[in-house]
Amino acid sequence: MSKLQVSTTINGDPQEFLCDPDTTLLDALREELGLTGSKEGCGSGDCGACTVILDGKMVCSCLVLAGEAEGRQVNTIEGVAEGGELHPVQSNFLELGALQCGFCTPGFIVAAKALLDRDPNPSETEIRYWLAGNLCRCTGYDKIVRAVQDAAAELRQERTPA
Amino acid sequence: MNAPQDKRSFRYVGTRPVRPDGVEKVTGKALYGPDFVAPNMLHGAILRSPHAHARIKSIDLRKAEALPGVKAIVTGADFPTLESLIMAVGESSSDIVHISRNCMAYDKVLYDGHAVAAVAATSGAIARQAIKLIDVEYEVLPHVLDIEEALRADAPVLHEDIFTKGVNPKPDKPSNAALRVEMAKGDLEEGFGKAAVVVSGRYTTEPVHQGYIEPHACVVSWNADGQLQIWTSSQGHFAVRSLTASVLGLSQADIRVTPLEIGGGFGGKTTIYLEPVATLLSRKSGRPVRLAMSRSEVFRASGPAPGAVIDLKMGAAEDGTLVAADIEFKYHAGAYPAITAHSGASSAIAHYKVPNSRVVGWEVLCNRPATKAYRAPGAPQVIFAVECALDELAGKLGIDPVDFRLKNAVRPGDKQFNGMPFGEIGYAECLEAAKAHPHWSAPLGPNQGRGVAGGTWGNYGGPSTAEVSVAEDGSVLVTTGSPDIGGSRASMAIMAAETLQIPYEKIRVTIADTSSIGFSMVTGGSRTTFATGKAVTDAAAEVVEILKERAARTWGVEPSEVDWRDGEAVCLAEGRTDERLPIGRIAGSAPFSGGPISAEAAINPGGYLAGYGVHICDTEVDPETGHVKILRYTAIQDVGQAIHPDYVEGQMQGGAVQGIGWALNEAYLYDKDGRLDNPGFLDYRVPVASDVPMIDTVMIEKANPDHPYGVKGVGEVPIVPPLAAVANAVTHAAGVRMADLPLTPDRVYAALRAAE
Repeated sequence: MSKLQVSTTINGDPQEFLCDPDTTLLDALREELGLTGSKEGCGSGDCGACTVILDGKMVCSCLVLAGEAEGRQVNTIEGVAEGGELHPVQSNFLELGALQCGFCTPGFIVAAKALLDRDPNPSETEIRYWLAGNLCRCTGYDKIVRAVQDAAAELRQERTPA
Repeated sequence: MNAPQDKRSFRYVGTRPVRPDGVEKVTGKALYGPDFVAPNMLHGAILRSPHAHARIKSIDLRKAEALPGVKAIVTGADFPTLESLIMAVGESSSDIVHISRNCMAYDKVLYDGHAVAAVAATSGAIARQAIKLIDVEYEVLPHVLDIEEALRADAPVLHEDIFTKGVNPKPDKPSNAALRVEMAKGDLEEGFGKAAVVVSGRYTTEPVHQGYIEPHACVVSWNADGQLQIWTSSQGHFAVRSLTASVLGLSQADIRVTPLEIGGGFGGKTTIYLEPVATLLSRKSGRPVRLAMSRSEVFRASGPAPGAVIDLKMGAAEDGTLVAADIEFKYHAGAYPAITAHSGASSAIAHYKVPNSRVVGWEVLCNRPATKAYRAPGAPQVIFAVECALDELAGKLGIDPVDFRLKNAVRPGDKQFNGMPFGEIGYAECLEAAKAHPHWSAPLGPNQGRGVAGGTWGNYGGPSTAEVSVAEDGSVLVTTGSPDIGGSRASMAIMAAETLQIPYEKIRVTIADTSSIGFSMVTGGSRTTFATGKAVTDAAAEVVEILKERAARTWGVEPSEVDWRDGEAVCLAEGRTDERLPIGRIAGSAPFSGGPISAEAAINPGGYLAGYGVHICDTEVDPETGHVKILRYTAIQDVGQAIHPDYVEGQMQGGAVQGIGWALNEAYLYDKDGRLDNPGFLDYRVPVASDVPMIDTVMIEKANPDHPYGVKGVGEVPIVPPLAAVANAVTHAAGVRMADLPLTPDRVYAALRAAE
């Protein structure tokens, strides 16, 4: 089986890699490129721990073939903070203790940022349904939802940064 | 040390600073079990049994061995033959023979998913291809999944060498009843004779998985001199070391286990599955080997909590005093004996005064994965039945269910089952808080119901080691051997900051590998903030004494003439009370005042106290579909002193939602051949964000006088009350007693129709 050569853009940087045709984007990120921030919790699109943004659209990277990234923009958890500066979703997760083990956290942060990029003022119900594809077994979701609400308020400049 | 019970004197305890490992975890940098890579690493895969119960007649490896890229294959024959030996596994214990056989089957497979062989190859794809080339000849045997069926005389017997423990005389035939435990006091007949009302019933729950999002994974690198390194995520890397050493007959000092970040455990990562297999693969290949489970392997082959059948009869006098309880519960053990029946029996009615009682528990072997600890192991199932029965008794007596529980709740000074008086426990305070909470008196709409339930867990202490050392600039390193599963680095830093009286941010916490610090028991049993926290506090207090001594030497005064305030030495000698030496200056001159400043505490503290909780749940039942919606949820708990309240509330909220999943959705489903039908998160339905409301928390902070900062264990209690809180709420919404979990829409719908 000959390898595919994939040219893509990851977190704004051009990136080329070789992979088998059946390699998932998640495996390419983790195994080929060393971007282990995206996690595999299920490999079947049920847990959201591998959530990335592909051409502006939220996807489970375990359900995307690496070859599909050809010529497209991939944004992962590693690109959410700008330089040393945390995104408000990240800082509010920390301020509110919205993570316990932290394994699902990258997926939640990528998903929550995608929500707030679309809608800076979601209701609690909208947040809960948007994040319903991300499983967290530790927190019971309470502090996660509150952290997203606080991040939204901060992005709307209704409250000072956490 | 400052006065532990005077909360007002605390500067850091009870605050909510950002956890020290937080930024790594929100930026994706933190390395978890599946993230670790060793140079020149091979990738492993495990062949698992497709049968629930079968004899392995032969394993033909030739085709797999011939596949290019395959570097090693192991089967049960590669594991040493072991003598039976009971070893600690978390708070529980297991026979090392069973732990070994659960890692890799030898003569028989006992459940769908039981490991049969493992391959290490140059890529994961080759390893997965190779296991398909392994030819296993099975003789399929009759299997049994159900508790009652497994106890029948004609049931297939899993183990020919297991005779029921805890019965006298020893049975003359092996059976699937692995264990019977009984705790009895008083006189049942006399007790029920005093009862004005008696309720009885049968309650059932299904096996449920801990559901941690991180699958099990490890990398092992074995060297030709017999020394090896293991990188793994677990709730206790010292347990990984001792169990792996025992399974493979190795010296513990030859094994260095480095803890990676752990992506959830809830009790399920207190044992080993992959490490001995990866070790043998690494030994055969001479290269580091990674083994990682897929999600379906996690469901099929790692331990769920037992399901249960509970028969119960309880009686109360006219005034609401409980007079008698007769409880018999049977738990799945799965493929190998477990001992959750012990903790089930000791928890069942431990939160109430019941003068006449008998609690009998059974562990029943069946062709399911070996059950493992899951948050308060053994308590939620039997307490579900007890708290539903209390709800019925209160209803029949016309007493408010919270008042009824208050009347019977154990309080400090009451006798425990072992005759010792209870210490500063806070169940009554939780019940008082429930009664006073606006949730308890809020109005309900049509098809809505409210449930309340209490619960308890005994908590634990256990051995822990901690080191506190002062860097040359006066910043401080805390080192422990307790994996941080939910923010414990923050609580360790807070307790050290409080003791040293220096800013929280000046303290950094490391969880060291097994070769870099002395032994600590697993992060489990709700013990870490209590026991490891006490070790950290003791070591920090010793560092304060060293700092005072160094200041005394510098000043030429007696150590008794030095006080420690706000992170600096204060001279008490006459005429010199203006003199100060901050920690940074003492540390900077440490080489000239006696050497490096550090202290270690290796302790096994007693004085832990049981925890108690009360949960209130409102549900709405859809009469058209039987769907249950959780409308409102309040968790109240005696938490002792909350060191970092965010992470205490987080335990309460997370435990409550796991309990809601247990009550409403979660169950292992098998087909007629004993194969797991739902080994994935699509069909094994854990609660998602849109299933639940905010979980309100009320922390009752009744400090533990036997801990320097008043800590009681908090992690396990919150999964105990929800099963009955939800079931009681649905019962009141539906108008019919719901005694079988989970309360899936079809079950609720059928109950509604039957009640019409």
